[in-house]
Amino acid sequence: MIASGVSVRFDDVFKAFDDTVVLAGVSLTVEPGEIFALLGPSGSGKTTMLRLLAGFEQLDRGRLLIADEAVEHLPPARRGVGMLFQSYALFPHLSAAENVAFGLKVRGGGQGEAEARVAEMLDLVRLSGFEERRIAELSGGQQQRVALARALAPRPRVLLLDEPLSNLDPALREETRADLRRTVKQTGITTVLVTHEQEEAFELGERIGLLNEGGLEQVGGPAELYRDPASRFVATFVGRCSVLAGVVKERHGGDELTVRLASQPGAPAWRCRGSGELAVNDRVDVCVRPESVSLETAEGPGLSGEIEAERFTGSNSFYTVRLAAGPTVEVAMPGAAAGLRGACVVRQLGGELPSAFAAAPESGP
Amino acid sequence: MSAAGADRKAPQLRSLMPWLVLAFLVWLVGYPLLVVAAEAFGIGSPGGGGPTTEAFRSFFTRADEWNAMWRTLWISVLSTLAAAAIGVPLGFLFERNEIPGRRLLGALVALPVALPPLVGVIAFLFLYGESGLAARGLQSLGLDVSWRLTGAWAILLVHAYSMYVYFYLFTRAGLSGQDGAAIEAAQSLGASRSQILFRVTLPRLRPALAGATLLTFMTSLGSFSAPYIFGGGFRVMTTQIVASKLNGELRMAYVETTMLALLAFASLLLLRKIDPGLDLASGARGTPPARRRLHSRGTRVAAAAGGWVLAGVLLLPHATLILMSLVPPNTWTVEAFPPVLGLVNYGDLLSSAERLRPALNSIWMAAAATLAAVVVGVMAARLSLRRGGLPGRALEAMMTLPWAIPGTVFALALAAAMSVNAPWVGRFVLVGTLWILPLAYLVRSLPLTGRSIFAGLRQLDPRLEEAAASLGAGSLRTVLQIVLPLLRPAVIAGAGLAFITMMGDFVTSIVLYTYDTRPISIEIQSSLRIQETGIAAAYGVLLMVLSAAAFIAWDDRAGGRL
Repeated sequence: MIASGVSVRFDDVFKAFDDTVVLAGVSLTVEPGEIFALLGPSGSGKTTMLRLLAGFEQLDRGRLLIADEAVEHLPPARRGVGMLFQSYALFPHLSAAENVAFGLKVRGGGQGEAEARVAEMLDLVRLSGFEERRIAELSGGQQQRVALARALAPRPRVLLLDEPLSNLDPALREETRADLRRTVKQTGITTVLVTHEQEEAFELGERIGLLNEGGLEQVGGPAELYRDPASRFVATFVGRCSVLAGVVKERHGGDELTVRLASQPGAPAWRCRGSGELAVNDRVDVCVRPESVSLETAEGPGLSGEIEAERFTGSNSFYTVRLAAGPTVEVAMPGAAAGLRGACVVRQLGGELPSAFAAAPESGP
Repeated sequence: MSAAGADRKAPQLRSLMPWLVLAFLVWLVGYPLLVVAAEAFGIGSPGGGGPTTEAFRSFFTRADEWNAMWRTLWISVLSTLAAAAIGVPLGFLFERNEIPGRRLLGALVALPVALPPLVGVIAFLFLYGESGLAARGLQSLGLDVSWRLTGAWAILLVHAYSMYVYFYLFTRAGLSGQDGAAIEAAQSLGASRSQILFRVTLPRLRPALAGATLLTFMTSLGSFSAPYIFGGGFRVMTTQIVASKLNGELRMAYVETTMLALLAFASLLLLRKIDPGLDLASGARGTPPARRRLHSRGTRVAAAAGGWVLAGVLLLPHATLILMSLVPPNTWTVEAFPPVLGLVNYGDLLSSAERLRPALNSIWMAAAATLAAVVVGVMAARLSLRRGGLPGRALEAMMTLPWAIPGTVFALALAAAMSVNAPWVGRFVLVGTLWILPLAYLVRSLPLTGRSIFAGLRQLDPRLEEAAASLGAGSLRTVLQIVLPLLRPAVIAGAGLAFITMMGDFVTSIVLYTYDTRPISIEIQSSLRIQETGIAAAYGVLLMVLSAAAFIAWDDRAGGRL
């Protein structure tokens, strides 16, 4: 039942509500059959992108293409877009099967055909036998699956998922997430997902678009966003990181730099990654992932500081270290190294290099 | 794409729709008011002649006109005070105290609101009129009493009896929404009972009391049945308008209509000021304070007895009406109590086509008006709430406007606007035809269905409609299959209230009816005039039963708070 997916394109899309610009000229192409996650903080414009694509909002400028065909002037009913709403928006006066059948009846076609499709869809979401249930008689997870079946039943060209897991208990979320990915992949439909949770975007999305203040900060796979963030915003929004100020001392081949951290006199120089625009003596912010550093309570070379707090998660212990110059840095240590306190030094580990970005104007040296 | 043309046309129609519905509502609701005001100045009247303020000048110089205006005002103020004096204490009594039979008694106390105004008035006439049950009863006891139920006091009595229910219901609703923890907090801070009442409970009751004041005052401003039946020579604006019209003083009637409309607007604006505009449910939603138990057996018995006596008094008019409907014609002359009872009147009513005609008229006209008001209400609510903007706000205002305007004003306004054939300015001759009364009923039904449908749609998740649209459903299908089924309680409540109100309508009917379209209320009035009290009472009982049924259904929908 794998359908051949279609592409979706946002072409310089601009949208404002009253005087507030929500999307300031966004361009994005979602490949056929891809699961694309729009990630961003609330108010970043991700839900607006979804609603524009569904046809619930009208864009002010730009174009929207589905399968290379302009759709911005089409009413929602004619776009061939299925949507899973955050609140599910199931029709409470209809049974599970009637909800799934709604989009099929609208289209006309044979009774038998529709019934077969409803059965197929309920089977897909593992809800066979729940046909006659009222919506209120279903659990949250079951409601979510009925909503998915309803959105998929009329064979839309594109599937939109608006925060599909946010209404579920945390315990149920992980299981449902894997389930959702499996179901969507099985249908082969081009899917655009909106979420504000990085974990959800990483697990569901094959590629991710990170939105901030109405613009796309970076588009790429989960690993790319994590390892090679395009901006300080991406680095801090995706995963945990501590920001340390520094100055570029030396440029190496490719995008490698040596940065002297400004945290204290005689501070060590660290190997970082940074864009080619950074020159020697430029002030930079270095985004340090907790797992790219380590600490020792003994004296020695490194950034010296004091352990301020510990967060023990079982497999790891996360230490917050207050550096002599003021800023804090978070360090991940194996769970066995729990219970450290007092003065320490923080050292760079090999492996992934931390990213350096031109310092924000307001942050001092 | 083959449908590309249709796709481009659809958005145009879509953006035009709010304006089309708004234009219809303006024509139906706002335009007649403008026409009547214009004609009061002699503008656009068929008789010709230039604009003139002559009629206004004589309005301001004639004492009887001024008196009618002044009386309307003070009758409304006194009615509101009297209704508050009865309704608020009753509300406290039933909401805050655990008295035996509280639930049933509490519901019975609200019953007078379920009586259509004219029916309430004739029930009062049968009970407290000069040859009513009460007078005869006292005379049979050898007491030489005689009184006449006329004038201002009679009107006030009827108003107080029928309108205290607004204060009663609003007080109870307001009290039940209060958080008991606030009272406990005041107690723990050392406040006395009276301090709690005046500094905690009453201030928080202000929105409810403001709402009841507005409703009572506006109802009494437009009240027609009581002044018409009991007023005698004591004229208020509504009866003055109808009298002027019947006397053929059309222009004076239009001036009076304009003045009453202005008075209503001014009152509305003024009374809105006393409403602090706070949502009753604002703040943390706690549980209301526990009802006070009456500890001593004596107090409990006294409270129960008092309650039942009260209920008896309140139900007497209803009982009298039923009794009178069972008295066969010409069987009750001098006795204290009717000697013969039977179902003759009901038989009469059902067996003669001419007798049944008003009932059928009322049913079809009220049903048609209600249906149209539901359709317009759903369209206006969707366009207003889902699209918003200027036309959205105007649509809601137009739907609500007829609520603030006395029925007499609308009757006269429609009579003025729809008695001229000038289609190019939106005027058609509808007066004297089958259509004028249903149209007038429609205008008066709009705020009743509109209020309820707007409230219902506000609570409905707009995502449901979007889901239907994204699944391919058009606007009509979305309304029929998703919106209407989910709005059913709101539609039933609004439609029930509108249907019942129009079934009992007297105030617009008396201005606009024709012999062929005479409704129940007109038949009651003419039966009374020829002393067929039994038939009049039987019609009254019919309306009372229908209204009570609708009221009970409406109360259930309103959340069964009582």
